[in-house]
Amino acid sequence: MKELICIVCPKGCHLKVDDNLNVTGNGCNRGITYAKDELTNPTRMVTSTVKVNGGKLSRVPVVTSKPVPKNKIMDVMEEINKVQVNAPIYIKDIIISNVLGLGVDIVATRSVL
Amino acid sequence: MKTYDLVVIGGGSGGLSAAISAYDEGVKNILVLEKEAYLGGILLQCIHNGFGLHTFKEELTGPEYADRFVKELIEREIEYKVNTFVTEIKKNDEDFTVIYSNQEEGFVLINAKTIITATGCSERTRGEISMQGDRPSGVMTAGMAQKYLNLEGYLVGKNVFILGSGDIGLIMARRMVLEGANVLGVAELMPYSNGLNRNIVQCLEDFNIPLYLSHTVKRVIGKDRLESVIIQQVDENLNFIEGTEIIFNCDTLLLSVGLIPNNPLLTSLGVLMHPKTKGPLVDEYLMTNVKGIFACGNSLHVHDLVDFVTNEGAICGKSAAKYLKGNLNTNNIININNGKGISYVLPKTMYLNNDTTFKLNFRVNKPYKDVELIIKQNDKIIKKLKKAYLIPAEMESVIILKKDVTSLDDIIVEVIE
Repeated sequence: MKELICIVCPKGCHLKVDDNLNVTGNGCNRGITYAKDELTNPTRMVTSTVKVNGGKLSRVPVVTSKPVPKNKIMDVMEEINKVQVNAPIYIKDIIISNVLGLGVDIVATRSVL
Repeated sequence: MKTYDLVVIGGGSGGLSAAISAYDEGVKNILVLEKEAYLGGILLQCIHNGFGLHTFKEELTGPEYADRFVKELIEREIEYKVNTFVTEIKKNDEDFTVIYSNQEEGFVLINAKTIITATGCSERTRGEISMQGDRPSGVMTAGMAQKYLNLEGYLVGKNVFILGSGDIGLIMARRMVLEGANVLGVAELMPYSNGLNRNIVQCLEDFNIPLYLSHTVKRVIGKDRLESVIIQQVDENLNFIEGTEIIFNCDTLLLSVGLIPNNPLLTSLGVLMHPKTKGPLVDEYLMTNVKGIFACGNSLHVHDLVDFVTNEGAICGKSAAKYLKGNLNTNNIININNGKGISYVLPKTMYLNNDTTFKLNFRVNKPYKDVELIIKQNDKIIKKLKKAYLIPAEMESVIILKKDVTSLDDIIVEVIE
């Protein structure tokens, strides 16, 4: 039996998972998926910023299009820190596509004109 | 002098939501005033994800969440001004005068029939908590470090200690590690964290950052730049326990030690303040004791989630619309008080009128497990809820049916263990 705090949403349900991956204590079905993934292949969304040249702001915030494996977070950060972009950037623009071959894009979360 | 039906002060999540909902209720003559260069408020520096699960059923980052509301505002052609600072509100016989200033127009006086204040909150600083020691650089609030890092791209330090386990502190712990800083630990004065559980997991545990509960900073050491902090354990009366000191060599101390609603405009108007929330006292329509002045968002009381601010803004906008139409019935007033186990209840008053429901928000004074929440008038129970977990960091909200409120006696909210 393993106890986890669900991080899918801010509610933070207290989950209990037995050896056969049966989940209890979840407030919604997403908790079941989270608990199974967390014990087999934990993933996280990564957010950061990228340098913008020639824009009204000097940084554009970015997010991964999907969660990435937890052990790849620092590698993804390294890739994000390598790039610079030129204004204008629009919200939802892809800044890096298929980062590290993970099948995940790095996407702008704000427009910088 | 220009006259507006509604002036919204603050273009963050509360103000945007309030303006949009007032517009949708038929108030078209609205002006939103924002002191920063962009609409969106503090969301713009909260680049992490997790916003909007209640409102949009998906997880957005702060800037994305703000963008949705800014677009809604612009679609409705609601007038707004950025880089504009409100310096004063004056009460007239029938309405209000708002004085604002900006670079293009200088000082401008306008008339407002109603005002919604959504001016956010400020972080408590070193000066507001007693912290002994030197006064070097490198000691700042977590939100300030967040602004430098996420908006300007400056990492404020390499070896960081964090005091306070509020959400901003936790979020910044992770953020600084991701950008290459070494976060040595987080100290929390209370025996429990004030942040959301999920932030403890994904911001501290994921990065093996230790959390020192019942610990606080005893001494700050450093001549020009911070050199080290000494933390020490405290007992249940929050007194230091001898022999429990730990020294951390660090160049940066971030403070995440609480948020205080920001209401510089209201006190001079005679608006009464809540001793616990530090925001104005409001009724169920989020109207202050000065009729026509409404408040929402973190300047009313500090919220855990932006979704709740959005909801509150919407209530505020609807209420202002009702007030402008002369439909706000404030007869049959009932006081609402906090009972055992509750640190504050908002709103402070409700009215037994033709409306069908009202929303009660409250926080508990310490963590509870397997308890009942009771909302009652004298001995008559209006609502009873079983709760597996209750913690001060999470605000509880309950919708009350007015038909269940049968007398004008005080309503009490309490926790039964």
